[in-house]
Amino acid sequence: MIPVEHYVLLSAVLFTIGGIGFLSRRNVLVALMSIEVMLNAVNLALVAFNRAQAGVMGAALATAGGTPQTGQMFAFFVIAAEAAEVAVGLAIVLSLFRIKRTVRSDEADLLKN
Amino acid sequence: MVWLEYAYFYGCALLAVAGALVAIGARNPIRGAMGLLLLILCVAGLFLALHAQFLAAVQVIVYAGAIVVLFLFVIMLLGPSATSPRDRRGVTARTGAAALFGLGMAGALYLVARAMHPLKLGAPVADLGTIDSFGRSLFSDATVPFELSSALLMVAVIGAVAVARGRQGEPPHVMPSVQPGMDAPLTPRSPPSPAPSHAPEVR
Repeated sequence: MIPVEHYVLLSAVLFTIGGIGFLSRRNVLVALMSIEVMLNAVNLALVAFNRAQAGVMGAALATAGGTPQTGQMFAFFVIAAEAAEVAVGLAIVLSLFRIKRTVRSDEADLLKN
Repeated sequence: MVWLEYAYFYGCALLAVAGALVAIGARNPIRGAMGLLLLILCVAGLFLALHAQFLAAVQVIVYAGAIVVLFLFVIMLLGPSATSPRDRRGVTARTGAAALFGLGMAGALYLVARAMHPLKLGAPVADLGTIDSFGRSLFSDATVPFELSSALLMVAVIGAVAVARGRQGEPPHVMPSVQPGMDAPLTPRSPPSPAPSHAPEVR
């Protein structure tokens, strides 16, 4: 059985990669993809911790008639929120492209001048 | 067969990290979307190993089937102007911020990895993560968040349509940077001329 720490470390590495991409790229599409990478990392950590909880206290809860899957449900809602975020984000990208003919985040300065 | 388990985990993990690196590093966003797809499929594989079968299916259906395809639609709609620019404006600030974030996360990772002690896992309860038990918990413990998420998706769809449609029947703005005819069909800019100098590409 692979220890949960491996999953958590992998999730932290993926989150770091996503954060670096979000901070260092200025293509709006790539920034959105970096957010996707970060949220995937968070989901992985949630599911891994849920597995740890089910492994540690599974027997006690099974006798009580419940299945501990709060983490999986949270990951499920994260996926739903992320679908909404991508839909609105890509609509904003299209709108920005229509106004400024660019997808660079540093040229989105309509409020500046 | 312990080695098989480890081989599966490390194969998925390495492919996921490679996919993430491609997703954030590719200059062509289509390649980035393909890297994101690889990452998503590998994370779905890891979900399977973590007794989250239903979430693995949802991951493949929603992410790979909807989100990546939406990304590809938008990238292809934008055409050649979706690729990243080549100049180096503001590269020091961006690289500095990214390096600061990376160093901070590496430090936190070191502290966590030094403090951790492996947790001995028992076998999970038999029906962890199956559609049956997941749906049972979803509709008993999390009914209100479930309904709220449907409202969230509805609002997001309406907002996306309203934002992406633009204004119709109004005269275009007269701001100098705004092009007339905001609702003209999206025609990509003329393809960028080849870069005059050998400027290193901007991340």
